[in-house]
Amino acid sequence: MSEQNLQSQTVQTTGHAWDGDLQEFNNPLPTWWVYVFYFTIIFAVAYWIIYPSWPFGKGFLTGVPIPGLSRITYTNDKGETVESHWNTRALLAKKLNEHAEMQKPYFNKVAASDFNRIAGDPELSGFVLSAGKALFTDNCAPCHQQGGQGVVGFFPNLTDDDWLYGGTYDKIHQTLVNGRRGYMPAFGEVLSAGEIDALANYVASLSGIEHDAVKAADGRALFTSETAACYYCHTESAKGRQDMGAPNLTDRIWLWANVPGADKAEDKIAAIRSIIVAGVNKGVMPAWGERLSPEQIKVLTVYVHELGGGK
Amino acid sequence: MQVGLEEQVAPLQGRIPVFTRSVKGAFRRFKTGVLIFAYAVYFLLPWLPWQRAGAPDQAVLFDVPGRRFLIFDLTMYPQDVVWLALLLFIAAAILFFATALVGRAFCGYFCFQTLWTDFFIWIEAKIQGERPARVRLYRQPWNREKLLKVGATHLAWLAASFWTGMTFILYFGHAPDLVARFFAGEAAVAAYITVAVLTVSTYLAAGYMREQICTYVCPYGRFQSVMYDPETLAVHYDARRGEGRLGRASARAGLRTAEERHAQGHGDCIDCKLCVQVCPAGIDIREGLQYKCISCGLCIDACNGIMDSMGFPRGLIHYDSEANLSREKPARPHLHWKRLKVVGYGVSIVLMTAYLVYSIAARSSFEAAVTQVRQPLFVVLSNGDIRNRYQIRVTNKLGVAETFSVGIRGLPETALDLGNLREVTVKPGHSAILQASVILDAATAAKTREVEFVITPRAHPQEARTETAAFHYSEQR
Repeated sequence: MSEQNLQSQTVQTTGHAWDGDLQEFNNPLPTWWVYVFYFTIIFAVAYWIIYPSWPFGKGFLTGVPIPGLSRITYTNDKGETVESHWNTRALLAKKLNEHAEMQKPYFNKVAASDFNRIAGDPELSGFVLSAGKALFTDNCAPCHQQGGQGVVGFFPNLTDDDWLYGGTYDKIHQTLVNGRRGYMPAFGEVLSAGEIDALANYVASLSGIEHDAVKAADGRALFTSETAACYYCHTESAKGRQDMGAPNLTDRIWLWANVPGADKAEDKIAAIRSIIVAGVNKGVMPAWGERLSPEQIKVLTVYVHELGGGK
Repeated sequence: MQVGLEEQVAPLQGRIPVFTRSVKGAFRRFKTGVLIFAYAVYFLLPWLPWQRAGAPDQAVLFDVPGRRFLIFDLTMYPQDVVWLALLLFIAAAILFFATALVGRAFCGYFCFQTLWTDFFIWIEAKIQGERPARVRLYRQPWNREKLLKVGATHLAWLAASFWTGMTFILYFGHAPDLVARFFAGEAAVAAYITVAVLTVSTYLAAGYMREQICTYVCPYGRFQSVMYDPETLAVHYDARRGEGRLGRASARAGLRTAEERHAQGHGDCIDCKLCVQVCPAGIDIREGLQYKCISCGLCIDACNGIMDSMGFPRGLIHYDSEANLSREKPARPHLHWKRLKVVGYGVSIVLMTAYLVYSIAARSSFEAAVTQVRQPLFVVLSNGDIRNRYQIRVTNKLGVAETFSVGIRGLPETALDLGNLREVTVKPGHSAILQASVILDAATAAKTREVEFVITPRAHPQEARTETAAFHYSEQR
């Protein structure tokens, strides 16, 4: 760099001097940068005026209403068209409206198709899988759990191949619309401790659990006797009755007695005994017919059917 | 800094206007060639038709709603994003490679800021005339002539900016339809916003800010500067030759021939300032290598022209390296590629490119993913058998519908239950989900840890793929 060029590049100072010779450089900002800064200030003020911003009295300033920019129009759950100031709640409602509109053709198709057709059509079954999952999560998962696996002693497992009230599309649909009420009387005061123990050993024997053969033989006689009258509901073969929701006692699936949770055979039998003593009066599934739309129930029917493979 | 134009000073640093003189020469021809080629590609590519099954007949179409990029005969889906990542890696490596060898070649010849600024200066020169005419116009008060010429320039800039923005959105929709819908006011809001933003930013960046983008805004220019080595070639002024013992001097009487100048101690630079006048960054290359220099080579062209007319040898300003120039006797400048850094970049470019080409060439016609349903991990059936459930997602990447079937390997076929959908036909570019169950007796289940699913496309059975998923069972709850 030549001498002459160095001189032309002297740096400006602010003009102040401290301690005699201490000066402050004044490196100017680029104009465009300053204009961008001014623009951000103007933008902030405009934003503050147009959109809801400051608390005011008991409410707040809702902004200057500019349709499409600071106003949101949406349909609320009562079907009324509502116009509101810009806020994320209204924005969410508007987005939900839009997505419901996008789902509508699929729900219409579901409404127009029978169950087999829905399950056999790749597009509709894909829709059932995603929409059904959302519906199941919102409405069913609190009891039946996220994956439909239920809780032993409380809520039935929907993913196995045992259907208390029947696993056809129509039966599942009926269950969803009308709800169910599972009931078994308590035998604690009707039968003696010995009789209950005999029955428990018999029920254990049906599922291949280690048991006392003598007691089980007594239990078998009791099961079909008028004293205990178990066979009224569970039938003589103990395979249960789906029209009453009486469980099949010969399979490996347990809803009320926590047999899978017990390690030793005596604990398993104790679990069965406790159910015979106390009965079952909590097998209540609410009716969804008036809470969900027919299409939603149809989607859920197919979804639940696919969870356990149906029957 | 151009002499006589520094009147705008602090407190704000206004842009000191740069009026570039046009120049003829090898670098100018190369830059013009790049500009024409790049513009031809950018502006015409969206209009190139391309026949393909089941998709719009546009050669390059970034189909965002359809979640795919159509690039000639290649269809890219979101899961192919690794190609895009690889392409960016390769682009970065090429940038590093070129910078290590020849400095900011990207900035000077290929960067879109350089290209668009070049084009805007060309428009400006066509309407307002050569540099002296533009300087005169800038200094004269506002009158009819100035208003007309400046107004026409800005209108032309705006038109160019608008079509730049317009062309950009044409890559995202079927071009003829989109143009028609755009002007009928029926295009998506995003289209209008994009065009508006790009029009304004192009107009400002190429019309007003120009070299300020490179100086203040662009990070690449800055980090390329730190990639220079002493051996890196860059545009240099040969100060030893130009300045001589007593500095540069104009070619007045008695200083016209090389012999006269050398005898009096002056160098070959006749201080014509043409190298400054042609510089789009507004710098004086004779002050040495500087951060504002985008290495466009126009000063080389300008100087060579003067050297020719003076009868001096060319190359007072030329591509050279600092290491070479500082030598006692500089050698002929050449590319110093035998350096670990350069070779390393080169090898990585070759490897990554080879992998990208291989990966694209060996792409399969479908994607398949098997996931085990983990809630619950397994189900005990009424007869004591164990069931695991799986979701098999198949994506058809072909241009035509394809039917997929699913089987299992290593276990009896009867263990697989596909429910209602035994096989599935998938539309081009779409996905479908098959629900599969694998049912094993408790003894087999206890020994089984994995299930191998074989997914077979009916039209291309040789492409059948095996996907492995876990099988869960434990007797203890």
